[in-house]
Amino acid sequence: MSVLVIAEHDNKSLKPATLNTVMAATQIDADVHVLIAGFECQTVVEQAAKVAGVTKVLIADNEVYEHQLAENISKLIVDVAAEYSHIAAPATTTGKNTMPRVAALLNVSQLSDVIKVESPDTFVRPIYAGNAIATVKTTDAVKVLTVRITGFDAVAAEGGSAERQVLSQVISADKSRFVSEQLAESDRPELTSASVIISGGRGMGSGDNFKLLEGVADKLGAAIGASRAAVDAGFVPNDLQVGQTGKTVAPDLYIAVGISGAIQHLAGMKGSKVIVAINKDEDAPIFQVADYGLVADLFDAIPELESSL
Amino acid sequence: MKILVSVKRVIDYNVKVRVKADHSAVDLTNVKMSMNPFCEIAVEEAIRLKEKGVADEVVVVSVGSKSCQETLRTALALGADRAIQVEAEDGLDSLSVAKLLAAVAKEEAADLIILGKQSIDSDNNQTGQMVAALLDYPQATFASEVIIENGEAKVTRETDGGLQTLCVTLPAVVTTDLRLNEPRFASLPNIMKAKRKPLDVKTLSDLGVEVGCNVSVVSVTPPPERAGGIKVGSVAELVEKLKNEAKVIS
Ligand SMILES: Cc1cc2nc3c(=O)[nH]c(=O)nc-3n(C[C@H](O)[C@H](O)[C@H](O)COP(=O)(O)OP(=O)(O)OC[C@H]3O[C@@H](n4cnc5c(N)ncnc54)[C@H](O)[C@@H]3O)c2cc1C
Ligand SMILES: Nc1ncnc2c1ncn2[C@@H]1O[C@H](COP(=O)(O)O)[C@@H](O)[C@H]1O
Repeated sequence: MSVLVIAEHDNKSLKPATLNTVMAATQIDADVHVLIAGFECQTVVEQAAKVAGVTKVLIADNEVYEHQLAENISKLIVDVAAEYSHIAAPATTTGKNTMPRVAALLNVSQLSDVIKVESPDTFVRPIYAGNAIATVKTTDAVKVLTVRITGFDAVAAEGGSAERQVLSQVISADKSRFVSEQLAESDRPELTSASVIISGGRGMGSGDNFKLLEGVADKLGAAIGASRAAVDAGFVPNDLQVGQTGKTVAPDLYIAVGISGAIQHLAGMKGSKVIVAINKDEDAPIFQVADYGLVADLFDAIPELESSL
Repeated sequence: MKILVSVKRVIDYNVKVRVKADHSAVDLTNVKMSMNPFCEIAVEEAIRLKEKGVADEVVVVSVGSKSCQETLRTALALGADRAIQVEAEDGLDSLSVAKLLAAVAKEEAADLIILGKQSIDSDNNQTGQMVAALLDYPQATFASEVIIENGEAKVTRETDGGLQTLCVTLPAVVTTDLRLNEPRFASLPNIMKAKRKPLDVKTLSDLGVEVGCNVSVVSVTPPPERAGGIKVGSVAELVEKLKNEAKVIS
């Protein structure tokens, strides 16, 4: 049977997270369909139909799906579920919001944050903030998964030519209403797909001081991240939080500045290829995972780093 | 208005996790256990709503063996009015827990159900959404602000892109994120008082729920260790290494 991937998008463009999820899906079965539920999302459909490995695109384009509320999207997915052996979404806040509802309506379990496909019924996922790795086997008739993006490479965005099918179901979410949205505007790469990230912690001291990191980020084309402590202190918004309960990242280069290295932070960045830590405390646990550690005051080191790049 | 808060007993977030030598599970013998941090935030939010006069009763529930009564007592000491232990084996899957919580929520006719967004042991992030689906209630997950007005909850949610605000009709399910509030500590007099607050025990058959799960654990292994790195003496050395050794910048 086929695998259904739920597309991550904002009605304008297909998000890269979808490409990693399609990769996971192709490792389960060769027949991969993508569902796009949204409003006036024609460009997303065009992009999805070209993704390598996608054979069919299901389209639910209606005002009721504009904000991808979990209440009705989950019912829409359940409506088409009978055709599929697996239903997968990226483990983003959208996927995490909707997929457990899908699983409960289908009376099956959900496997969260899958990082590896062992076989069509056996999957690997981190537990305990990544301090243990569980391999689990499921005999559920429909297997519902969320996929950790950093666990899978992206498939090519071009090269496919999928067939299209329009879904006519109009399911409204009458008990839930979208009010407003405050989206972070940034010209920088997205945190979860950036190849270089520079993150600041409580050691940054203030939101203003994050400007120091911006100088370095500009030169490296990097995304900016943060620890929970920096977000809690109001230095930067919540969407920058990296960690067990924030975003999981795995760039080629991760630079941790004024971050102590609590397990909850490490859980979100330990998969990075090269880790650099800049901290004035030589005993900070972050140095245990860093490939290159620099014991220094960040207020000296960061300006010097910027000027030497 | 009645609020039901579900709390889970988990390994304390400060404990270093060890995997058993036979790779069957994480070793929990003689390990410090605490209330899941996101559940502390859930309890705090419910108590604040009661203190504001929005709610008149806060009921806490936990699914597990007798030891989770300790977690329930903690919630009572923080200010919950009464507690329910659903007697079950520890480590039930999320769907089974959700079925039990949904049954309790129906029996209690709760107007608002608050759960943590995630258990720090299973890292599942799914129970609240499942409870909402089973009851056909609306949900507002990853909440950083909750305002109750006109029979609705206006909830600001932390999303990957920033913040989103939704209005959900009560009864509804809310799951808590880190920035919702800062939980208080229980005072000694309140800990003493909590010992006399009501704590009921219910069985699966009391609730008419059957549990079971098709997922089995094949193995639990430690994560791959990162090879230790080096300390560099200066920014210049760092840049040199990144360029010529790691080759991650040019
Ligand atoms: C349920 C739960 C979930 C959590 N989820 C997350 C999560 O997703 N992500 C996350 O990051 N955390 C998370 N945490 C929090 C985590 O436990 C730590 O509290 C947090 O990561 C600490 O952030 P920090 O390293 O910035 O701050 P601190 O631990 O205070 O460290 C600051 C560091 O800055 C250094 N420093 C200070 N000044 C300077 C200077 N001038 N120059 C150089 N170095 C300096 C200090 O030496 C210190 O090492 C979670 C905690 C809980 C309980
Ligand atoms: N055994 C349990 N007893 C009570 N509440 C639970 C239990 N398991 C999960 N929960 C609730 O569901 C939330 C999310 O858990 P999870 O879906 O396991 O990550 C937790 O923060 C609790 O509020």
